[in-house]
Amino acid sequence: MALLDIKGLKTHFTTDAGILQAVDGVDISINRGETLCVVGESGCGKTVTAMSILKLIAMPPGKIVEGEIMFEGRDLVPLTSRELDDIRAKEIGFIFQEPMTSLNPVLTIGEQIAESLRRHEAVTKKQALERTIEMLKLVQIPNAAGRVHHYPHQFSGGMRQRVMIAMALACRPKLVIADEPTTALDVTIQAQILDLLQDMKERFGMAVMLITHAMGVVAETAQRVVVMYAGKVVEEAPVDELFGNPRHPYTQGLIRSIPRIDLDAEHKTRLEAIGGSVPILINPPVGCRFAPRCKHAMSICTQKEPRLREIAPGHRMACHLGDAS
Amino acid sequence: MSQYILRRLMIAIPSLLGISLVLFVVLALAPGDPFSELATNPNVPPEVQAALRAKFGLDDPIYLRYLHWLAAMAQGDWGFSFVSRVDVDTLILQRLPTTLYVVGSSQLLALLIAIPVGVYAATRPYSVFDQLANTFAFIGFSLPTFFTGILFILIFSVKLDWLPFVYTSVPGSGIPWLLEMIRQAIMPVMVLGLFQAASMTRFVRSAMLDVIRLDYVTTARAKGLGQAKVIVKHVMRNAMIPVVTLVALQVPAVFGGAIVTEQIFRIPGIGSLLISSILANDTPVVMAVTFVFACLVVLFNLIADVLYGWLDPRISFR
Repeated sequence: MALLDIKGLKTHFTTDAGILQAVDGVDISINRGETLCVVGESGCGKTVTAMSILKLIAMPPGKIVEGEIMFEGRDLVPLTSRELDDIRAKEIGFIFQEPMTSLNPVLTIGEQIAESLRRHEAVTKKQALERTIEMLKLVQIPNAAGRVHHYPHQFSGGMRQRVMIAMALACRPKLVIADEPTTALDVTIQAQILDLLQDMKERFGMAVMLITHAMGVVAETAQRVVVMYAGKVVEEAPVDELFGNPRHPYTQGLIRSIPRIDLDAEHKTRLEAIGGSVPILINPPVGCRFAPRCKHAMSICTQKEPRLREIAPGHRMACHLGDAS
Repeated sequence: MSQYILRRLMIAIPSLLGISLVLFVVLALAPGDPFSELATNPNVPPEVQAALRAKFGLDDPIYLRYLHWLAAMAQGDWGFSFVSRVDVDTLILQRLPTTLYVVGSSQLLALLIAIPVGVYAATRPYSVFDQLANTFAFIGFSLPTFFTGILFILIFSVKLDWLPFVYTSVPGSGIPWLLEMIRQAIMPVMVLGLFQAASMTRFVRSAMLDVIRLDYVTTARAKGLGQAKVIVKHVMRNAMIPVVTLVALQVPAVFGGAIVTEQIFRIPGIGSLLISSILANDTPVVMAVTFVFACLVVLFNLIADVLYGWLDPRISFR
């Protein structure tokens, strides 16, 4: 049984202009101890999908209109926010995108990590502090015993993201959702943070759902990849299969848009880009949502929505192109 | 920290000197003569008048008079009231406790209303509660205190005859005296407090709403802390920083507003002292009272800065 199994999730937002279908029928499953990457451009519904799991989106205007989110065999969708509080941080930890703004500026980092421990585990104040220092050591913060009493503004961006990781992992959750954890950091720090996340994953044996739009990050860390476009899953495959044999035109476009440092300059190949941008999901295009930007679009693409189906073991995609072959 | 406060107090000295100079010049240029009563009194011979004027240095050039006042002030001599024939500091010390009691209680009432209502309204924006709170706040700060004060007197004193509308300050002790002190303060405290509460409620609400959508609040929610703890520990703690500053900076304005309220309810406070001494051309008292207000402004500015630094660790005292 999968650790987390999202089936047919639809999260919509009520706006003045109409219903925004940010997530519109998403199936994602994560096994214990697995790293799953969710990729796609900004505005594809990756973050909303992740935030829906623990109902961290603002409701209203957001609402889970359909679907189920099975975590260890229990559906999280009907649970109230109060009931979810027992699962938040304890079972599912969350690492956010912006380390600069995700920590409370007026509380020490120690207090912010310890409050999670004290909420979920029967520990004294002293034990919580000790565990917090231990966590800070694990995420390689120098002089952890002294730094625990410092405020967020006394840390750099990379260090703050380490603090966020320590916070998310403090209660040893079974699943960690990292929402673009390296996007706000500079490149050298990005690699360190990804390595750290990998280390932690191996040490604690947790599953990781890594949301990113950097294909390089995917190639380095994932076992399985889910590609999302405009609120839907368009392709899903093991990482080698996805990079070796991408089937959906959107996935192919994403992979071709990675700059290649290994090709020598004499080839002078122009870096390909996917033309256009993600549609605004109020009254999305009929049929395939990618059709307006797709080089291979056929007449059926603007009429009928392609279904996600298995084309090889563990490889699923949603495109009419596959039907023809 | 104590060094910071000490330095701020040192900086306050030149600004207070400047304020006192401006006050002194303005009062000197203002029409009205403290000796006008003496001048129109036929029983006082002109030569006695002239002798008195010379004794008090009233015909000296303005800078000499200012230096004279300053030197006396520095030695703790606040001057002498021509009208009441007592020392100014005695007069102010007599009146100040009443004002502090009324203004203090009204500020406390305002906070006790504004913080819970503002916080609760912000957690449920656009709900019925929020709309009601907004409407009442709007009405509250649209109505000036001289209007609500008279309205209260009409309703609670004249029509219903529940509360006295003339404030008496007979010194006394014992439970009945204490109850009377509370009873007569109810209306002025309500009028001032509700007026303050109205604008503060809106301020608290918007400060809360600014913080509630920030990333670190989502982080706190993701820890499963529960709504109450997230609101109090993570949102309120941050939202109170601007609120505290505003409240501290508003205190001098509240004293100013209390002047009007003191007139309406005939409260023998420092505000009514100011009005009566202006009317009586009692310059030393006017000078002293306005200077006390100036000191309050400087003092509460300092308190605001210290509180700000205490609430926000990103600010350091240097």
